[in-house]
Amino acid sequence: MLLIKCPHCGERPEIEFHCGGEAHIARPLDPSQLDDVQWAELLFYRANTKGVMAERWNHLHGCQRWFNALRNTVSDKILRTYMMGEPRPYIGGEAQGAATGTLSYPAPGERSK
Amino acid sequence: MSHANRLAGRGRIDRSKPIIIQFNGREVPAYHGDTAASALIANGILHVGRSFKYHRPRGVLAAGAEEPNALLDIDRGNGRRDPNNRATVVEAFDGLVTRSQNHWPSLKYDVGTLNDMASPLFSAGFYYKTFMWPSAAWKRVYEPVIRRAAGLGKAPTVPDPDRYVHSHAHCDVLISGAGPAGLAAALAASVDGSRRIIIADEQNEFGGTLLHDLTSTIDGLSASDWVAQTVATLSQRSNVRMLPRTTVVAYYNHNHIALNQRLTDHQSNPSKGMARERLWQVRAGEVIAATGAHERPLVFAGNDRPGMLLADSLRAFINRYGVTPGRNVVIATSGASAYQAAIDAKSAGLFVTIVDYRKRDEIGDERLLATQAGIEILDNHSVIGSTGRTQVTGLIVAPKTASGGVGDVRTLNCDAVGMSGGWTPVVHLVSQSRAKLVFDTALDAFIPGEAYQSERSAGACRGVYALDECLANGHEAGSGAGAAPSAKSSEATGFEPVRLMPTNRQKLRDKAFVDFQNDVTAKDINLAVQEGFQSIEHVKRYTTTGMATDQGKTSNINALGIVAGALELTPPDVGTTTFRPPYTPTTFGAFAGQARGVLFDPERITPMHDWAVKKGAKFEDVALWKRAWYFPQGRETMHDAVQRECRAVRESVGIFDATTLGKIEVVGPDAAEFLNRIYTNSWLKLKPGRCRYGLMLKEDGYIMDDGVVARVADDRFHITTTTGGAPRVLGHMEDYLQTEFTDLKLSLTSTTEQWAVIAVQGPNARDVVAPLVSDIDMSNDAFPHMSMREGKVCGVPCRLFRVSFTGEAGYEINVPSDYGEAVWEAVYAAGQPYDITPYGTETMHVLRAEKGFIIVGQETDGTVTPEDVGLSGLVSKVKADFVGKRSLARPDLVAEGRKQLVGLLTLDPDVLLDEGAQIVDDPQAALPMPMLGHVTSSYVSPNVARGGTGDPQQSGDGRSIAMAMIAGGHSRVGTRLYATTREGFTEVQVTKPVFFDPDGGRANV
Repeated sequence: MLLIKCPHCGERPEIEFHCGGEAHIARPLDPSQLDDVQWAELLFYRANTKGVMAERWNHLHGCQRWFNALRNTVSDKILRTYMMGEPRPYIGGEAQGAATGTLSYPAPGERSK
Repeated sequence: MSHANRLAGRGRIDRSKPIIIQFNGREVPAYHGDTAASALIANGILHVGRSFKYHRPRGVLAAGAEEPNALLDIDRGNGRRDPNNRATVVEAFDGLVTRSQNHWPSLKYDVGTLNDMASPLFSAGFYYKTFMWPSAAWKRVYEPVIRRAAGLGKAPTVPDPDRYVHSHAHCDVLISGAGPAGLAAALAASVDGSRRIIIADEQNEFGGTLLHDLTSTIDGLSASDWVAQTVATLSQRSNVRMLPRTTVVAYYNHNHIALNQRLTDHQSNPSKGMARERLWQVRAGEVIAATGAHERPLVFAGNDRPGMLLADSLRAFINRYGVTPGRNVVIATSGASAYQAAIDAKSAGLFVTIVDYRKRDEIGDERLLATQAGIEILDNHSVIGSTGRTQVTGLIVAPKTASGGVGDVRTLNCDAVGMSGGWTPVVHLVSQSRAKLVFDTALDAFIPGEAYQSERSAGACRGVYALDECLANGHEAGSGAGAAPSAKSSEATGFEPVRLMPTNRQKLRDKAFVDFQNDVTAKDINLAVQEGFQSIEHVKRYTTTGMATDQGKTSNINALGIVAGALELTPPDVGTTTFRPPYTPTTFGAFAGQARGVLFDPERITPMHDWAVKKGAKFEDVALWKRAWYFPQGRETMHDAVQRECRAVRESVGIFDATTLGKIEVVGPDAAEFLNRIYTNSWLKLKPGRCRYGLMLKEDGYIMDDGVVARVADDRFHITTTTGGAPRVLGHMEDYLQTEFTDLKLSLTSTTEQWAVIAVQGPNARDVVAPLVSDIDMSNDAFPHMSMREGKVCGVPCRLFRVSFTGEAGYEINVPSDYGEAVWEAVYAAGQPYDITPYGTETMHVLRAEKGFIIVGQETDGTVTPEDVGLSGLVSKVKADFVGKRSLARPDLVAEGRKQLVGLLTLDPDVLLDEGAQIVDDPQAALPMPMLGHVTSSYVSPNVARGGTGDPQQSGDGRSIAMAMIAGGHSRVGTRLYATTREGFTEVQVTKPVFFDPDGGRANV
């Protein structure tokens, strides 16, 4: 079981937390501007990085606040936690051009190629 | 004869404290400090069980946790009984009741012994080969018979009366094992008082092998005195937590370690309320494994007779417990360490012979020591077999020949044997930690390789056997503060691996056991390899070697060696089986802890719960809530009760506990805008005091939850959610509030537990409620349907909702929870002139189905859009955006042929469809028959006219009604389809999903 450092409460056991999936995927201000493919990519496609990945976590059975965490999906180690809204830190060791943190949407059909 | 096998002047037992334990009803005198095993041996009881497959007489093999044979059923009284306890780790106390297992009718006369004579039938994989067909026989014949004949012990039949607890701890260094390496590590690691140290050992005393070492000295002290001094030193250091009787059972990710501490099993009268075991979860900065090594038996025919022990275990019984299985001892060994056992046995006054597999020139200094002690040594000898039945009477030995065979056979008369086939480091913990294991050919064992987590090993568990080196090793692992303890010891180490002792016997029934617990012989393993099994994991499962409670602690390396030999590979090429937690058998109780009975799954009850109990309500579980399901009167059936309750609400008035609905208070200047973005419908123009039914989608466009929302003030809303959805909805809202709509100012507070909710529904609802309300205008014009007023009911502040989930005019009275029961009683009393009827969730379901109201999770399943259930009217076309809006335009969500909500009326009104029944167009269609959808709700309604199908022949009150999700359902209204029933198909009329009061006029009266 992991110990996770909630930025608000400190280190707490994993069972108090809930993972909300990949971080830094902002909901567009006007979703109607996205075509069907772009919207489907935003909803359903995730980087699923092997290695360091930025994830959303919620201290559900604690302060109930959301924060972001860098987790190594291989070792299952949480390397850093940071506040919601802060940019993704790069701590070295992660794959270059990791697909997390992208705010640009691929052209329609691009990822399906 | 009591204590017949007790040795004078030896052992750590307390002879001033005699106790009596029971074995199969017989009284066995023992001393405080004995284990069940040493007590039995002291009294000459060597035959303590029957083996698993062949039901051969078996005795104690080891002195510690690795024991495969001596499994006892332990009874501590009052239902505190459990099977499969290793006699070697059960501490004896006065009154302990033990029984042998795995025999019928008795230990002495066991019918299962026939298996031994018929053993050629029971070779490797015999289950698979023998019981092949007919398959029906498995259930009726094979399995019941096999289960009775095989199996270890009998499961307890009553609930475990003991209490178990969980504890959590953090430390800088966790040391597993308090033998020489562990103690030296603890001493060094704890010098720095700021480091928190936990040292755990599975035995009652710290010291490990030092507890039976009578000849070595450490820092000038005897081993025993050094242990006492070290334990005293450690106990004076406040940064050290010492946990005896505590097994480190599991090593999980990120140095999360599980320890099982046995608190009361050694006590004859544990104080009431004392927990039996404590499961520790420790987060350790670093783990030091000082878990020692297990001795291996030699593999030869008949190596399993009672009285034949592992050599160092025999030494432990002699030195630590002052007992011996016999006076005439043969030590059979392929290595040096057993010589100390021989020397100690000799010094205890026993007659000792050593049979050494090794050639004379391969034997080291130990030879001289043994000779000086007057022990005869037969070197370069093999063991061919043994004699005896319930106790060994002789060991058959022969000199090895140069060609690999054996010479003239002779029998050494003996009544005790100590075997040593070398040592296997206990690498279980480090393997669980995902550290690599590497095979060391010189040691003939797997030892820890590169660490994966923050751990290291010290002493025998990494193949360091000499005492002085163990101490230095532990000292270094413990960060090396201070001077390392220094030992003088005559114990020798090193051995020559031998897989199967050379023999001149090839008879089929000769049994050279590798795995004692599972009765797996060398022949079985060779047969498995011959039959094509090459992976050690496959050999394990085919032969069962290394399985069951001991997990092959004494047998795995011998088995591996034999497999490797048969395949002409080296052991590392064959590899080892996976070590999985727990290290030793651990009670279910320890894992469950306090999560049992009422604490297993918390129950939520409403303030009116006790009232419902008194009224005889039956309850159903909804999420964690206990909800009143129906209120049977007298001997009324559920059906009759529900029909009566349904009629009462439509005809007069019913009272219903709606407390469990989720409630969230949304407060802030942007509260309305927030709801506007979360719900599909519009909220900005809703006036304070008005309510609206809200529909909430996930971002994927599917219905997530629904409920009535009241605007309490411009900046304050009172939201209700489904009972099961409350936490999910709050979490969903918090997520958007914290991460997406951060521009909005508002707060969300769960108030589910704060309000008790009393629903009063029916044509007489106003007449019941109005007299109790003091400061709200209750007239229909002033307080219409779908509105909310704050005021007082029975003098209690309330939020009074005029809402209806029944289709009748009605109220939901929200009062602070503490007043819930009192207000409920007052409403119930006020309703007596109207014959007010308490109703439960089942009636609530029927009434809402009559009205075609959906239940999220019943009509919807996470793939249903508002349009699918006919609620597209609730989806704002004006709002630019809300959660899920964009998805509603996705091609799949607007495609033709989606499943849509309809009503179904069976042509025969007495036929009640099954919820989940499939709907088809043509029951004659070829298989696989195209399915159109399924029934989501189905009830008998007393309120819907019987002729609901339009069939004028049928009349009378009440009929079955159903709702269903059917492909293209909206366009099928008016057509007929077929539904599956248990008897076949039945024809149904597709209708709109409203069966009662389609105009909805009744709610507005």
